[in-house]
Amino acid sequence: MTATTAASPGAPSDTSALRAKRISRRRNTRAALLFISPWIIGFLVFTAWPIIYSGYLSLTNYDVINDPEFIGLDNYQRMLEDPKIRLALWNTFYFTVLQVPLYVMVSLALALLLYKAGRSAGFFRTAFFLPKMTPPVAVGILLLLLFNGQDGLINTVLGWVGIDGPAWTTDPTWVKPGLILISLWSVGSSVIILLAALQNVPQEMYDSARVDGANWWQQTFKITLPMISGAIFFIFIVNTIAAFQTFTEAYTAYFGAGNTTYSNDAALFYVIYLFQQGFEFLNMGYASAMAWLLFLIIMVFTAVQMTISKRFVYYEGEQR
Amino acid sequence: MRPAPVRWLVLVAAAGLTLAACASGTGNDNAGDNDNPDDSTVEGSSAFDPDAELSGNMTIMGFALGDEIAEIRYDDAVAAIEPVDVSLAEGELDIQQFLSAMATGEPPDLIRPNRDQIGTFASRGAIMPLNECVDGEGIDVSMYREAAVEQVTFEGQLYAIPEFNQVQITMANADLLDEAGLTLDDVDGSDWEAIEAATEAMYEQDGGRLSVIGFDSKLPEFLPLWVRANGGQLLSDDGRTAHLDDPKVVEALEWAVGIYELQGGFGTVKAVRDSADFFGNGNQFAAGELGAMQFEQWYVNVLNDVSPDAPLAFTTAKDRQGQPIAYSSGSAWAISADADNPEAACRFIKTMTAPETWMKAAQARADARAEDGKPFTGLLTGNAVADQEIYDALVEPSGDAKWDAAIEATYEANEHTTSLPANPADAEFKTAWQDAVNRVLNGQQEPQAAMEQAQQEAQSALDEAWAAWDED
Repeated sequence: MTATTAASPGAPSDTSALRAKRISRRRNTRAALLFISPWIIGFLVFTAWPIIYSGYLSLTNYDVINDPEFIGLDNYQRMLEDPKIRLALWNTFYFTVLQVPLYVMVSLALALLLYKAGRSAGFFRTAFFLPKMTPPVAVGILLLLLFNGQDGLINTVLGWVGIDGPAWTTDPTWVKPGLILISLWSVGSSVIILLAALQNVPQEMYDSARVDGANWWQQTFKITLPMISGAIFFIFIVNTIAAFQTFTEAYTAYFGAGNTTYSNDAALFYVIYLFQQGFEFLNMGYASAMAWLLFLIIMVFTAVQMTISKRFVYYEGEQR
Repeated sequence: MRPAPVRWLVLVAAAGLTLAACASGTGNDNAGDNDNPDDSTVEGSSAFDPDAELSGNMTIMGFALGDEIAEIRYDDAVAAIEPVDVSLAEGELDIQQFLSAMATGEPPDLIRPNRDQIGTFASRGAIMPLNECVDGEGIDVSMYREAAVEQVTFEGQLYAIPEFNQVQITMANADLLDEAGLTLDDVDGSDWEAIEAATEAMYEQDGGRLSVIGFDSKLPEFLPLWVRANGGQLLSDDGRTAHLDDPKVVEALEWAVGIYELQGGFGTVKAVRDSADFFGNGNQFAAGELGAMQFEQWYVNVLNDVSPDAPLAFTTAKDRQGQPIAYSSGSAWAISADADNPEAACRFIKTMTAPETWMKAAQARADARAEDGKPFTGLLTGNAVADQEIYDALVEPSGDAKWDAAIEATYEANEHTTSLPANPADAEFKTAWQDAVNRVLNGQQEPQAAMEQAQQEAQSALDEAWAAWDED
């Protein structure tokens, strides 16, 4: 009897227990929402609203000073006819396609070296991370100093091994390669992430592999890289987005105050042109449309990367 | 297999990162107030009167303290508007910051942009016409330099008061000239063939690398100077019609680019130019790395400070008829259209640019220089009366002929200035011709084709901007 009563869904004691559970859950939910409300409010005000509003502005003629004037899809139509959009996109794709793989490879190489560094790892970890603290504006200036074709350090070092270095900062062909190389200055944060991932790979796997006679290369390609593929993919995604939005270093070096603006064409990245349209030419509606095009491009690239990643990326705990 | 929520989370994060970084700001609830710049003037300009009592707060953007010329004038101007509480955001005018302030309805009362930005700000209604300010406070506009006033006058209305003035003079390394058997007359701009010959005579290569620039025609920035020297102009006097494909413009560009080609190309010259210790004692003149160039007069002070014994020579820049010529540029003071305290802003401007204030600041500079045993090389302002008073009272022979020549050239150039007229698309116009010059410099286009493309781009931007203005 008791057992029957206890099993009955409509029994009074069971109902009150459920109600108490629901109340407790609601209370927990309210508390959780209360705790994260600063973030939610911040997200709505400073991220969601600007995103939505920029979508509206992209349909207007807006100079920041006067009221936006609705013009429909004119800004998007104008983008199709703007040769500088094509040039800026080409420069940005060029930079992204070369910079991202190089950045990941250098990060990985340094992380693998650090992993083997033993006691001195702490020192090198700090040493690799410190450049990340350099403000991007300073990195832009550094680019002009290090890569000066006349007496920059890079060409001086190349000269020691008999290579006549190019005019990195003044020859349009070499402007983007120079910017790609200087971007490696801030590789430190990725190195730290990859190092943390490396340290999480179970040592037993290496022990087993060694017992089976695997050499370093086999261990690296069969164990290490698959096991840290999640971290590599994260760096790949984040760095791709950052590369599409590259701005500060190139702007400081080639477009900033007092600069002669030479090499405009070679260093005119998409976001630099967007900035020019928005804040120099006061075409904020057009700049907003450009932002949405970039958003779509990044979404497509991210979706493609994620689709491809299903075949290569391993997450701990998942079944393959 | 990674669960779907994780994939969506990454996509949403990517979207957020992208758009948050590119989102272009907030709404402009107050923008409607600016539709007609005259309205805002009328609303906020009831008491432009030198005897009016001022009160409240005033904010300034685009001005930096740091030397006696700035500090003394600032102190005087602040004293002139007491008891107004002045708030100064020090530094160069950050356009992004200014526009953001406009968009949020909290613009600074007073801004200090470059004069070539006034047309854009005025046409958009970001700054107010100063007619009432000038009339009410009794500011004598005729004492300001004509070329400078033209640059801040848009559609017949004065929108700003000129502050400093910059002009170019010819600077050369006397030793390199002597060794090549040349004089300043060969590089002052009056004879373009002579400059070519001087360039070839003075430039040097060391192991296949350029080690001495013979002459630097300072492209792309100085194209307007060479065009004027050639009797042309980039823009019509009314600021509406671009003349970028004018034969005189193309000819000036061909010649100025040719100067680089004589020395191995612009990339080569610029690499040497960029490697110079421009503000240090290893500057290109002191190091013997540059024969001659036209450059702004403020650099005379730098050279006098860091390399007083360098073998320098100075004279005015000249046009092809042999007449002194200079391209005028510099800062100006303007009042935001939505300024809360335009009366204080107006009196502040008046004090900052008054002859007696300039004189006081110049005296302090001259005293400081004398204390350091260095000559006072003059001070160029947008105020012709102030310039004359300062020159008469404070500029004295230094005992060193080269610095005296520099001062003489500076003041002579200041009497022969020209400038681009204010227009509502000045940034796009400048970008169009500078991009064209860059395309020629990096070998992408020939001068004629580059300037034809620039003409189309510039005229299109001008037409669009003027159409918007004319509609209003």
